[in-house]
Amino acid sequence: MLTAASPTVASLTVASLNRTALATRLAGPGLLVQTGPFVSRIRSSIGHVAEGIELLYGDYPLLAEDSFADFHVGLQPSGGLRRWYKPQVNFDLDGLVPFEPLPEAHAFPMLEWGLNWCISTRAHSWLMIHAAVVERDGCAAILPAPPGSGKSTLCAALVHRGWRLLSDELALLRPDDGLLVPVARPVSLKNRSIDVIRAYVPEAVLSRPVSNTTKGTVAHLKAPADSVARVRETARPAWIVFPKYEAGAATTMTPLTRTDTFFRVAGNAFNYSEMGARGFTTLAGTIERCAGYDFRYSDLDEAIAGFAALEPPP
Amino acid sequence: MKALPVLVRLLRDPPLAAGLGLPEWDLALRQSTCTNLSPSLLALLEEHDLLERVPAAPRAHLEWVRALATRHRQAARFEVECIQAALGAQAAPLLLLKGAAYTMAGLRAGAGRLYNDIDILVPKARLDAVEAALMLHGWASSGHDAYDQRYYRQWMHELPPMQHLRRRTSIDVHHAILPETAPLHPDPDKLRAAAVPVDGAPGLATLAPADMVLHSAVHLFFDGEFDKGLRDLLDLHRLFQEFGVRPGFWDALPARARELELGRPLFYALRYSRRLLGTPVPQAVLEAMAPCGPRRPLLALMDALFERALLPMHASCDDALSAPARFALYVRGNWLRMPPLLLARHLFHKAFISRKDAPETV
Repeated sequence: MLTAASPTVASLTVASLNRTALATRLAGPGLLVQTGPFVSRIRSSIGHVAEGIELLYGDYPLLAEDSFADFHVGLQPSGGLRRWYKPQVNFDLDGLVPFEPLPEAHAFPMLEWGLNWCISTRAHSWLMIHAAVVERDGCAAILPAPPGSGKSTLCAALVHRGWRLLSDELALLRPDDGLLVPVARPVSLKNRSIDVIRAYVPEAVLSRPVSNTTKGTVAHLKAPADSVARVRETARPAWIVFPKYEAGAATTMTPLTRTDTFFRVAGNAFNYSEMGARGFTTLAGTIERCAGYDFRYSDLDEAIAGFAALEPPP
Repeated sequence: MKALPVLVRLLRDPPLAAGLGLPEWDLALRQSTCTNLSPSLLALLEEHDLLERVPAAPRAHLEWVRALATRHRQAARFEVECIQAALGAQAAPLLLLKGAAYTMAGLRAGAGRLYNDIDILVPKARLDAVEAALMLHGWASSGHDAYDQRYYRQWMHELPPMQHLRRRTSIDVHHAILPETAPLHPDPDKLRAAAVPVDGAPGLATLAPADMVLHSAVHLFFDGEFDKGLRDLLDLHRLFQEFGVRPGFWDALPARARELELGRPLFYALRYSRRLLGTPVPQAVLEAMAPCGPRRPLLALMDALFERALLPMHASCDDALSAPARFALYVRGNWLRMPPLLLARHLFHKAFISRKDAPETV
């Protein structure tokens, strides 16, 4: 279903800037890019950032320099000796530096993590759950899971086999109507999943893998163009699936009780407590309307067949 | 004085909201976010029925903080109930200070105001009993080494901050409103004697209006940290506005300030609340307080310092002198807190012996 059916303005996308123009904007006034309901102004003089954005953000709307931005983020080289010796990058949200600096080669993953952090610590208009969200025929599956569960790998595979990407990291549940608001951004792949997805989706566009991060080797997968184009289409949550990759395991989809589902989703929420009673009613309503499952898999084709067999709850 | 930052202009004159363009909203919300004033701004805009006049993008952004403000108010009320239950007769009535007092008394200064701890004032003779009762109910003083413990207990006007072990909420138990080592000694017995009950909340009390203003003033202008300076100045502005229409408030304020040795902080509060936020103050009060101000050359210096430090802590509000101004006020704040020798010893300990907190990793 469409929200706020705005007149289709032939708007500019980031791809309208060539590499030089992109780097100039990033190093100068900042690049204003819209991802779902958020506008970020990104400033950076670091080449890795321009490279990652050029590769993965071409399809996103580019906004004029005097537009309103929700997040003013910077990725700038650390000063002092670090300019020459093992250069580092600092992430800042309008002057606030929430993290320790990282090696400069980690600048693009740091942008992705930093933007997730901006949303999950600020955007309290939605109940935010740490989960991937994919949709098919108007029904969405929420995949909450801790790191290492194979959530992103499964999400990356699903969105290249007929599912639409709403998000890889953030399920935004709108309290007014319980619908999921997309914030389709690149999918973060770690370690072995990078090669798994390269083999499974040969046409996939991935950012240059960065090794030795706190999460191991990391690469980001470009969000499918269709998912980016349909980012204003909200979706109704239908299933809550807790994925777990286990080498050699048979594909099993085990139904969960509503109570179990509720507490496990609440445990994965970023702002359940901040949202107070609204958080509870939003989550309770979602659980009421959804079927909850534990899902084990080891083979992606079987996993996708398992998802295809999901019946919309009554 | 230079042109005021857009956030300050908005707080000073909320109807301006109807005419701001997107770039100005962008800047105003950046300034309010870094000063933790977005919920207060939201409350102010709603109070003036102006939220609908804010363009969609900044309005949606402002809505993000509504949940935080609602939750904060609810959590503060719950916490006050827990403290009341824990202390019982040890602190009856329970005398609340600052943010919690504004919230519980339903003052406009409390609308959208965020604070991290609940402050209470108890008689010094009851400190041990109050601390013991809080500990029995799950609060413990945390994260303070032996030096910090001594710093608070021997020299300060409060116990080391206590945190509830399960809820992680904080409480500051004060027995006075200035450190024992400060040059001024506003008598806490006088403050408690004038305290007023909170309507509709049996067992709760706040300082009387004049005393509440004076405490807010001394807290802002005798302290060394100004990262929340604009928030505290807005408290004063709103307290002046709300109490100012009550009969007798302005007449009694100057005399009360002198009685409590708080003429100088009140002078500063009136001066900067007027200059930055346009607070209406009767001429007679200004004239009565004028002798409490510093002499002219010092006043010019204080203007230069406070009118920098009280602006939002945002790059758009800073000039070359902002950082030195904040540092000078930091030194002044410590200077006002304790005599020079003790201060030197304290700063040495903090600089070279106490550990610093490190930021988190991604």
